[in-house]
Amino acid sequence: MNNERWLLPEGIDEVLPPQAWSLETLRRELLDLFHGWGYELVIPPFIEYLESLLSGAGGDLDLKTFKLTDQMSGRLMGVRADMTPQAARMDAHQMRRDVPTRLCYLGTVLHTRSDGLGASRNPLQIGAELFGHAGVESDVEVLCLMMEMLKRTGVKQIHLDLGHVGIFRGLARQAGLDASGEQALFDALQRKAVPEIRSLLEVLEVAAPEAGMLEALAELNGDDALERAGDALAGADTRVREALGYLEQVAAAVRRRLPDVPLHFDLGELRCYHYQTGVVFAAFVPGLGQEIARGGRYDAIGEVFGRARPATGFSADLKTLLRIGEYLQAPPAGEGGILAPWSDDPALHAKIDELRARGRRVIFALPGQAGDAGDMGCEQRLGKQGDAWVLSPVND
Amino acid sequence: MEFDDCVTIALSKGRIFKETLPLLSHAGIEPADDPETSRKLILDTNRPQVKLVIIRASDVPTYVQYGAADLGVAGKDVLLEHGGEGLYEPLDLRIAKCRLVVAGPKGGRPGKGRLRVATKYVNSARRHFAAQGRQVEIIKLYGSMELAPLVGLSDLIVDLVDTGNTLKANGLVPLEPVCDISSRLVINKASWKMKHRSIKALLAALQGAVTGAGGRDND
Repeated sequence: MNNERWLLPEGIDEVLPPQAWSLETLRRELLDLFHGWGYELVIPPFIEYLESLLSGAGGDLDLKTFKLTDQMSGRLMGVRADMTPQAARMDAHQMRRDVPTRLCYLGTVLHTRSDGLGASRNPLQIGAELFGHAGVESDVEVLCLMMEMLKRTGVKQIHLDLGHVGIFRGLARQAGLDASGEQALFDALQRKAVPEIRSLLEVLEVAAPEAGMLEALAELNGDDALERAGDALAGADTRVREALGYLEQVAAAVRRRLPDVPLHFDLGELRCYHYQTGVVFAAFVPGLGQEIARGGRYDAIGEVFGRARPATGFSADLKTLLRIGEYLQAPPAGEGGILAPWSDDPALHAKIDELRARGRRVIFALPGQAGDAGDMGCEQRLGKQGDAWVLSPVND
Repeated sequence: MEFDDCVTIALSKGRIFKETLPLLSHAGIEPADDPETSRKLILDTNRPQVKLVIIRASDVPTYVQYGAADLGVAGKDVLLEHGGEGLYEPLDLRIAKCRLVVAGPKGGRPGKGRLRVATKYVNSARRHFAAQGRQVEIIKLYGSMELAPLVGLSDLIVDLVDTGNTLKANGLVPLEPVCDISSRLVINKASWKMKHRSIKALLAALQGAVTGAGGRDND
């Protein structure tokens, strides 16, 4: 036989027992958590027209999206690679409320290429978004909800990384950079490649105060970055100063709400997609180069969908959280299974119905099957004593 | 300097190791063994919290990206091939300097049709020719690139050049530069955030060593 036939494509994974059950109970617990915070569940489609899927999202999401042609309309369809724009579309077009709208979602997304080494191409994205409020309060709310979610999954030693895309964008605008120059500088900044940043600034002919400030972004990180930013970015225009002030307010509020979480600032790292417009945040754990959850503000995306609505939110891959967290789930009923002999006896079926109604797990031993109760994961068995069916331990 | 955290540094044997040693020594780190004589792959240092892992040059970005090492020293040529995803590369160490060039037979301007280019640096070569709008066929080789034009395997090669002696001995000349190469300090993203004090202190010490070594201030 050709063994390769049963292999999964690279980066595509599946979840087997007992992890699948843990994943499911974790999913339920987190959706209950979101529900308790007032986030309503939405179930966006797995596939939709590409134009709507990629509206305002930028080229990086485009590259990540699997595409195919709709045989009914001839238009291109995309398999979602990120559910955030879908939630924004639902808020803007389907719900059309005036009050702040809180939405949460959970589902498989597909990526044409994985997010770095060893990353899955079919992550189980879980996230929450808050539409209709522009301000520190809504950013802090979603950030705290993200941290609460990570706490429930049992992830330890979380570091929170905070930044604001308005600082780099504002400086790039102040320096008069065009789109391609801004992109080249952005790429170098993501790698903190100071030598490249310097030579790029020279090639792009950026003048003294702006060049110094753009280069400083690669150094403005650490827990004291905000204090140093005041001096380093003294020559920046009001929009950049406002972004810094906004970040300070978010940081102060987070310190009050989550005093035990180490905060790290990085004014040069803008890891998110191009739809982000304001504060951005991410959670890191030791040993993983990739963030385990991330989010931020993206006020502009609603405009693309025809209804400008400020928005902020976060998302994570539930499978990653299960893998690195200490979320362990006992067997469903809290007790081992019960093995019952196969029989037509109505009394047996009545007894089994009663046990199952109490939440016990009852498995029929099928005639002629291999293995005994222990092999079937059962701790007790049903046996007939006189006219009654009674439970007894397997080991007797 | 004192280290608050355990730090693992990935280095490759040979030129990079030799030229990195004085920089590390400036930061107060001395290896306990010589990798050329020792068969150990993990070397202790005079600092109990600092360990060196000795690996192939092209594996350094991978080790650091996965967090198997917190930082490492990798040539820009290796980083360009790797893509540098998920890494910080904040410091040019200005060691192991050389140039990546396009080279070909002396005097023989290649003929018409699609050019064939033999190289170990597939991504860099592809990017270089694509930026000029030139359609080429890339042939991946693992070594002795200079041989390829001599035996008709390719029209051109893209390779590292230090002194140029190997090219000359095989009747080849550099035709156009691709980029200047030197070694970079690469750092794992999570280590940067979680061991920030130790990493920043080490970075500052290495920076001091680089500028103190009389290198030009800016490239």
